[in-house]
Amino acid sequence: MQLTLREFLTAMHGMLFGGFFLMAIFGLVVELVRSSHTAEPATLTPRGRSLEAWFLIVMAALGWLAVFTGTYIVYPWYRAKPPAGTLDLTAYPRSLLLAHPNTAGWHSLGMEWKEHIAFFAPIVITMLAYVLIRQRIALRQDPKLRRSVLAFALLALVACGIAATFGAMINKAAPVAGGPTITLMRSSQ
Amino acid sequence: MTPEQTPAPNGPVAAAILSAAIACFALGVTTAASDLSKPINKFMNFYPPSGALTGETTIAIVVWLAVWIVLARLWRNSSRSLRTINIASFVLLALGLLLTFPPFIDLF
Repeated sequence: MQLTLREFLTAMHGMLFGGFFLMAIFGLVVELVRSSHTAEPATLTPRGRSLEAWFLIVMAALGWLAVFTGTYIVYPWYRAKPPAGTLDLTAYPRSLLLAHPNTAGWHSLGMEWKEHIAFFAPIVITMLAYVLIRQRIALRQDPKLRRSVLAFALLALVACGIAATFGAMINKAAPVAGGPTITLMRSSQ
Repeated sequence: MTPEQTPAPNGPVAAAILSAAIACFALGVTTAASDLSKPINKFMNFYPPSGALTGETTIAIVVWLAVWIVLARLWRNSSRSLRTINIASFVLLALGLLLTFPPFIDLF
C-alpha cells in the first residue's frame, strides 16, 4: 500500500481537512434547524457549552487548514508549468486538463471557481463560531438572529460543497501525484 | 432580571456578520480585478508558486479582520437593525459569489 507525498498531502487537504469541515458544517446546520424547532430552547451545562465551543473552534480551524494547505501546498503542484517540449503531462494537472477540450472546463470553471469560493466557507464559519460562542444570550433572545445564523450556515455548506465536489472531480480527472513514495503497509504475499 | 434575560446589545453580532460579508465581497472584487487587469494580477502574486490567488485571498482576509475590529469597537455597546445588516450582508455575499464565478467575469 503506497502513495506519493503529493497524493498523501492532497488527501490530507481534501479528505481530512476539507471532508471533516464539510461534515461539521452539515452537523451545525442540522443542529441549528433542530434548535429552531424546539418549544423550549435547551440549556447546556457548562461542560456542554465547553464541548460545543470546541466543536465550533475545531470546525473553523479545519476550514482554514483546508484552504491554506490547498492554496500553499497542493495548488503549486497542480499549476506547475511543464518544461517546453514535455509530451507526458501527467505530472502537470492544470496543463493536462487544458490540453483537451473535453477536460478544459474542469480547470477554467471548476478550479477557477473552487479556489475562490472555498474561502467563503471558513470566513463565514469563523463568524458563526464567534456568534454562537460569544453571543449566546443575543442568539437566545432574537429569533431573527437565529434565522440569519442558519442562513449563513447554509451558505457556508453550499460554498464548501461546491469546492469539495470540484476538488474531488478535478483530482479524479488529473490527479496531483509525484514526489517521494510513502509505504503505508507491505503485503505479506 | 437574570443576565440571560437582560437584552444584550447586538452591535458585536452585527459587526461580525457584516465584516464576514464584506470579506466575501472583497474576495470577489480582488478576483475580478486580478482577472481583468494584468498589472493587478501581477501585484496579487504574493507567492509565485500559487500565483495571484495568494494576494486575492490575503487582501480579503486583511480587509475582513480590519473591518471586524473597527466595527466591533464602534458598535460595542449599541444595537443595530439586524434586518438592515442581514440584507446588506446577503447582497454583498451574492455579489461576491457572482464576481468569483468565472463565466460572469468572462463576459467582460
